Amino acid sequence: MLRDIFITPFVDMVEAPDFLMQVLWEGLVSGVLYALIALGFVLIFRSSRILNFAQGIMVVFAALTLVGLHAMGLPAWIAVAATLAVMFVLAVTIERVVLRPLVGQPDIILFMATIGITLFLIGLGETIFGGENKVMITGELGIPTGDTVLEPFGGLLILQHLDITVVLVAVALVGALLAFLNYTRMGRAIRALGDDHQAALSVGISLQTIWVLVWFIAGIIALVTGIAWGARAGVSFALEVIAYKALPVLMLGGLESITGAIVGGLMIGVLEKIFEIYWGQPLLGGNTEAWFAFVLALIVLLFRPQGLFGERIIERV
Amino acid sequence: MLYRTAGQFKTSYKADQALFPVRQDAILLGVILAFAWVIFPFTASEFAFQTMLIPVLIYALAALGLNILTGYAGQLSLGTGAFMGVGAYACYKMVTLFPWMNPVVAILLSGFFSAGVGVAFGIPSLRIKGFYLAIATLAAQFFLTWLFEKWAWLYNYNASGAIQVPNIQMFGIYVTGPQADSIVQYFLVLGIVTVMTLLCINLTRGTLGRTWKATRDMDIAAELIGINLMTSKLTAFAISSYVVGVAGALYVFMWKGAAEPNVFYIQLSFQVLFIAIIGGLGSILGNFLGAILIVGLPVVLNLVPGALGIPISSAMVEHLNTMIIGALIVFFLIVEPHGLARLWALIREKLIIWPFPH
Repeated sequence: MLRDIFITPFVDMVEAPDFLMQVLWEGLVSGVLYALIALGFVLIFRSSRILNFAQGIMVVFAALTLVGLHAMGLPAWIAVAATLAVMFVLAVTIERVVLRPLVGQPDIILFMATIGITLFLIGLGETIFGGENKVMITGELGIPTGDTVLEPFGGLLILQHLDITVVLVAVALVGALLAFLNYTRMGRAIRALGDDHQAALSVGISLQTIWVLVWFIAGIIALVTGIAWGARAGVSFALEVIAYKALPVLMLGGLESITGAIVGGLMIGVLEKIFEIYWGQPLLGGNTEAWFAFVLALIVLLFRPQGLFGERIIERV
Repeated sequence: MLYRTAGQFKTSYKADQALFPVRQDAILLGVILAFAWVIFPFTASEFAFQTMLIPVLIYALAALGLNILTGYAGQLSLGTGAFMGVGAYACYKMVTLFPWMNPVVAILLSGFFSAGVGVAFGIPSLRIKGFYLAIATLAAQFFLTWLFEKWAWLYNYNASGAIQVPNIQMFGIYVTGPQADSIVQYFLVLGIVTVMTLLCINLTRGTLGRTWKATRDMDIAAELIGINLMTSKLTAFAISSYVVGVAGALYVFMWKGAAEPNVFYIQLSFQVLFIAIIGGLGSILGNFLGAILIVGLPVVLNLVPGALGIPISSAMVEHLNTMIIGALIVFFLIVEPHGLARLWALIREKLIIWPFPH
């Protein structure tokens, strides 16, 4: 038993390095997507102290809208633009209808409100597009679907072109986002709002504009994640569960930290894959990905209650 | 006029601290209890028992458990569904391992298992706070439901992976399983819920309840005035999980009759959390009001198209229901963030001076 836990997995790793690399790669790809979703959470949390539970359903909703609009006959790229417009309308609506009346309420009320939004969007999506599984329009968007086979150490390593594209797009998006946050007026306003609400308001930063903006950015992120994940697993409401995956990422990295979201996402993506393949499937009956990330984050939190990169929590009476 | 409190003088501390210092409150409660114990059981149809009366009571009990933890002790938990599952599975194992056991005793004992699990997952709350804790309780949610699926011993290795409630008799009457009458189950549920509610009301009024409230309002300040945070938080987790576990056992044994692990998924946690929040955090009455709303709403919405004669498919009705419930949750949060219990308190204040404006 102890041998199975402490020795066999590592022997397996060393004996089949190509398989280990394959596992690492797959973990990395999902890690990049977790990081992306977590970024959407972090942006909204920093600027409004809302833990936006609706991020997951926004991913599904964006993907469904894209596929639905394309099915209605719009060319792929125009459908993307139209979906972005829909996400913008959604951001404005959420800000006007839900957030503005709830300003200043306790955190848990706002959190509940986002779960209300989640239910609403699930119902709306199912009413308009139907509940069945759909195929993402990968080819029409010009996403390559082949694969490259490498042979490191005389083994076999298969890299899906789709995954490579996803990683590249995600890296580009994160880069663009960081540039936006650091070098543009609007981006710096978002960060100012995250640091100190009242100070930001007093120098003339508009809360409403920023909220619409961050929800719209979260919508863009949702669309990209939706395309990427939809291309790998099909577009259905089951996609919503990947939002749950972003939560331990946030815990691990810290709710306010952008670096934390990226590092946490990659760490959880890779570690949960390794745990599942080398420990979960042989010893625990598989599907450990459902909880591994949470338990890992919980253990880390016991030592660092604010996450790896979160702001230090200072409490006063 | 009807609710005039003038003239009801208290001449002793005991009278002042009574459970219902205002006479009308006691009368109102008496009327509600009379309805619950006498009028509903003898007028309700099978449909009403199965879709409204029994589920409302069970959900209200689960929300009551969560409310102790979240509303009184201030520790946000998203693992309610899994803790209900622990209660249900513990009860199932007990009645199948010891068939001679009285089912009511089994249900009440199963709460202790979920209390134990609750304390174990509550230990991080000593270091982790707020949303971080909420996400940490998700670890319990996902780990436990995974365990329900993978640990075959829990469901006695049957092929379906579901737990099936056996027919059990108590004093010659079937109380659980397919042969039991709804009315018998209703009375059992009502009895347990009534007793537990009474216990919880008194707990939250006593020393323990005040300790919890101090912890909720500011835990560092509470610590400074001599409250042991560890005891306070862990008792909250234990008692809350006990109540939730009993609710879970009732959920399967007195209502559903059978359950697969996916019953206890996170959706159940959210449903109970909705009830507690829409009803009102930090209120006992609110749980019942919230449960009536959240359980009753889909039932009513399902009846509407048929009553109006609108021909739409049942799948469409389902989708529209989800949408409407989501919208209503947001609506209620905006209109009254402190829940239906606060709404009742406001109405009551108005009633006291009615019909005069001041």
